[in-house]
Amino acid sequence: MKAVSIKGVSKQFKAGVTALQGIDLDVEPGEFVSLIGPSGCGKSTLLRIIGDLTKPTAGTVEVNGKPAERARRDHEYGIVFQDSVLYDWRTVAKNISLPLELLHWSRSKRNARIKEMLELVELTGFESHHPWQLSGGMQQRVSIARALSFSPSLLLMDEPFGALDEMTRERLNAELLGIWQETGSTVVFVTHSIPEAVFLSTRVVVMSARPGRVAGLIDVDLPQPRTSATREEPHFFELVTQVREQLAVAGAPLGETQEPALVEDQA
Amino acid sequence: MSTIVQPAPRSVGRRVGRTALDWIPALAVFVLGIAAWQGLVAAFHVQEFLLPKPTSIAHAFWAQKSALWSQGIYTFKEALGGYALGCSLGILVALLFAAWRTLSSAFMPYAVAANAIPIIAFAPIMNNWFGLLNPFSKMAIAAVLCFFPVMINTLRGLTSVHPSSIELMRSYAAGRVSLFRRVRIPNALPYMFTGLKVATVLSMIGAIVGEYFGGPTEALGVKILNDSSYGNFTDAWAGIVMASLLGIAFYAVVALAERLTTSWHPSSRAFHTE
Repeated sequence: MKAVSIKGVSKQFKAGVTALQGIDLDVEPGEFVSLIGPSGCGKSTLLRIIGDLTKPTAGTVEVNGKPAERARRDHEYGIVFQDSVLYDWRTVAKNISLPLELLHWSRSKRNARIKEMLELVELTGFESHHPWQLSGGMQQRVSIARALSFSPSLLLMDEPFGALDEMTRERLNAELLGIWQETGSTVVFVTHSIPEAVFLSTRVVVMSARPGRVAGLIDVDLPQPRTSATREEPHFFELVTQVREQLAVAGAPLGETQEPALVEDQA
Repeated sequence: MSTIVQPAPRSVGRRVGRTALDWIPALAVFVLGIAAWQGLVAAFHVQEFLLPKPTSIAHAFWAQKSALWSQGIYTFKEALGGYALGCSLGILVALLFAAWRTLSSAFMPYAVAANAIPIIAFAPIMNNWFGLLNPFSKMAIAAVLCFFPVMINTLRGLTSVHPSSIELMRSYAAGRVSLFRRVRIPNALPYMFTGLKVATVLSMIGAIVGEYFGGPTEALGVKILNDSSYGNFTDAWAGIVMASLLGIAFYAVVALAERLTTSWHPSSRAFHTE
């Protein structure tokens, strides 16, 4: 059974913009797949379609063999956005426990899991802080802890480190790989950054500009576990170059660099 | 990891202590204002019926303190009743409007129209409906005044939720009730308190305006009106001071409740970071 199975997915926004056209993609359980492409290629939209946060105009998506909506209702995935989307009125611990509350976990079970998650993202001791008392990188780690708190088999990440500085980003990349190996979950990761995609992924999906299509698949055969030394290996650079060249071929036509509206009109 | 981390939230006691400290500039302005008033009235020999000296007002206030207190409390109870009624309705309507957009578009114009009612014109009508001596006539006026600011602010808070917050809840398959309970309502609290604070003072104004059009003699508004019509302006001023004191105290209590319930809010961050 595939972790994610996308068949013939297209998405047209109400304004008539075609964000995605004829996307076919399978993700195996345990894979770390990055979606990369120029602005406006619909990679975030594709991630939202996998999460059933928006509906495709055509095609089907299955997560763990279930239709996307069923999968969402069954809590098959956790999601991390670029903005950490933590609630200011909740402490770090309470933010992490939000999905657990919605799943009606008992208090003691919740507390035990919060402790585990704080250890996983190395934030032990910060449980009673409020989100705005943390740095951007720490906020994003809380967001990851929350997404993983109920042990979903799939983690969807929408440019989670896009707003962070380069050093923090690289550190979190390494941490994320550690978490991925520890939890064995499948990750679908949207990013703008070529080195990030190569460093993290087992497979990189290069997408073309609007309408978004799969322009190429690149297997990343860098050995695990990957460390900061991985970033200095010649093969790492070869893969980065390969992704860059694919992107250049798939590149955005001039004057079309706007991302389409991610949230549909609810009218 | 960049670790510019702010300290954990301070205790409630420390926060309240900070609040007291914050009041010092306002207190200084008050003292200076009163001193200037006293000095100018004395220097220019302003007639007592035009503007009494603060000391005369204080004198009158002290002489009548027990009567003023019971009159003040009578009026305050009316204000409080109207406040409770108007604010609860305001919050309830905001919740309904936020939950059902069509309800909002159907009734919002009438809520705005209700807010446009000139309260002076409305007061005699309420007195007529519920009876001059019935405190409910004053509560109704206070309630009408309180309703709108609470409703409009709460509604703003309920609806100004970041789209990704809603997407996150959707990803957890959370229902509408859960979305309200866990996101919309907490998000609305700071906005709601803005309305609730404005409404404290409005409710006192509403009750007193109602009393101006008739009410029992134990009411503060009636006392101020009678004193004015008999030319006892110093006594009228003493009544006004009582009304203001109660209004300020009411505001302060609600502001304190706000600090205690929304200490997580950015507006309270000054208390966490120094």
